Amino acid sequence: MKKSLSAKKKADNLVGILFASPWFIGFVIFTAYPILASLFFSFTEYHITLPPKWIGTGNYTRLFEDSLFIKAFYNTLAYVAGLVPIGLIVGLVIALLLVKPFKGRNFYRGTIYIPSLVPLYAMATISLWFFSPYFGIVNGLLSYVGINGPLWLSDEKWVKFTIVLIAQWGAGTTALIYMAAINDIPNELYEAAMLDGANKWQMFWKITLPIISPATLYYLIIATIGAFQIFDLPQIMTGGGPNNASLSYVMYLYRHAFRYMNMGLASAMAWFLFLISLILVMLIFTTSARWVFYGTKQ
Amino acid sequence: MKYRNRNKSKILASFSSRMVLILIITIIYVSPFFWMLSTSLKADHDLFLSPPKLIPSPLIFQNYKKALEYFPFFRYFRNSLVITFGTILGTLLSCSLVAYSFSKLRWWGRNFFFYVMIGTVMIPFVVTVIPQFIIFVKLGWINTFLPLIIPSFFGTPLYIFLIRQFFQTIPDELLDAARVDGASEFQIFLQVMLPLCKPVLFLIALFQFLASWNNYLGPLIYLTDESKYPLSLGLPQFLDRYGTHWNWMMAAATTSIVPIIIFFFFAQSYLIEGIKISGLKE
Repeated sequence: MKKSLSAKKKADNLVGILFASPWFIGFVIFTAYPILASLFFSFTEYHITLPPKWIGTGNYTRLFEDSLFIKAFYNTLAYVAGLVPIGLIVGLVIALLLVKPFKGRNFYRGTIYIPSLVPLYAMATISLWFFSPYFGIVNGLLSYVGINGPLWLSDEKWVKFTIVLIAQWGAGTTALIYMAAINDIPNELYEAAMLDGANKWQMFWKITLPIISPATLYYLIIATIGAFQIFDLPQIMTGGGPNNASLSYVMYLYRHAFRYMNMGLASAMAWFLFLISLILVMLIFTTSARWVFYGTKQ
Repeated sequence: MKYRNRNKSKILASFSSRMVLILIITIIYVSPFFWMLSTSLKADHDLFLSPPKLIPSPLIFQNYKKALEYFPFFRYFRNSLVITFGTILGTLLSCSLVAYSFSKLRWWGRNFFFYVMIGTVMIPFVVTVIPQFIIFVKLGWINTFLPLIIPSFFGTPLYIFLIRQFFQTIPDELLDAARVDGASEFQIFLQVMLPLCKPVLFLIALFQFLASWNNYLGPLIYLTDESKYPLSLGLPQFLDRYGTHWNWMMAAATTSIVPIIIFFFFAQSYLIEGIKISGLKE
């Protein structure tokens, strides 16, 4: 009896692992091995054709002597500092505006949501023309009201901000997540607050914002990881220019890995990015205990 | 009475200012597409006017013909379709199998490995891409669709997680009944689970469609031959070559976007529900 039980357990284990085997195999080949391999490559000089040559921390020290790397890193921090908070505010404002039923709401929701489905490569080509300094619609409309618009993507000082603005056309996804969270707030909370004489502003800060904080935590993590890896928009629209003012971290990594075949140096860049974004996500997590509110969950 | 009236007008004012804000935001979100359409129908000499013409006259539909002459849209489109449907097939097969294992089968280390899998979501693409590239170089797969399609046959953690959430709502008694009847796990998976879980599988197919169709960096790394380019590489390339012909460019962009918009109208409700589920519910 006991023996057959353990035999059944063994068979269960086998079936379970068999069903999960696609992931196990993929995990080893496409995740676990590559992580370790890129960590190893990051300490080597490696150009694919010749076997990797160990150079210790050479790649890492080289990175911090490379002024272009420092610039790409700085640019990326600026992207993160722009994309994450602005994306949150835009997404939340749209959600607050469109969460309550009114006539034509679905039309507005759909219209604002569709741009987030449009591929970034298409958005990039359209935006390039949209923000064209002399013939684009933005500066065209500004000139009607007598404003001399900036050069947007052609101006070193404006280019990163313009890219952050363009990325906001994708805010529909964040808005949807917030709408779902706001819909889950029980109405009695607002009724009780109204009886106590709270105004809309107070209700937003004291009820809405705390209750949707789990959605905010989710957004912050996803958006931070995403912003650190910004690539498509600057790569297509500016190629990193003008004067490398829009060069992002992953663009620079891509150049070293796939144009110059500097696999060792590129791996060091990849690992440094991994560590930085991990530290930031950890920071968000550890502080989240203080501001994320799980009160309504059973 | 007086108080009530004031209250009413206040509500009206706040309502209309809200509507104004909604309208402004909607216009901002439509404007790039309006500008794209408008430009795609403009005559060459109307392109570089300052201030620009908002509504083109005359309408030059010829631009679309020109764009498609220089822009092999249908080849790019076909390549995008092959890659996208390849990955959808791989994703549905692998993710549903793995999700079944992580939700309905009992085996040693299941929860541990599940958390390992969730943990891998945090790893940036760039950390794994270089060794993956080297693997594909050694396999001789560069400049084929294989590096873009084959990894999807090994499961995607986020999708496995979502399918698992759905599988867990199916009562175990249902499966046990089938087990008592002598069905194998694979039969149960195929004949009981999958038919019940069509909605979530459809949702995953949609997510994967968007991910593959919109993927730019992957094809940029793995494809070198222009005849293999999907839309994501073809459109930016057109920009490099015919960048001053903005009317053709925008005609090409319009043609590229139309499938996504049509897709949205068919999939709207599924997609919106799905994003809510993936965003929050645990």
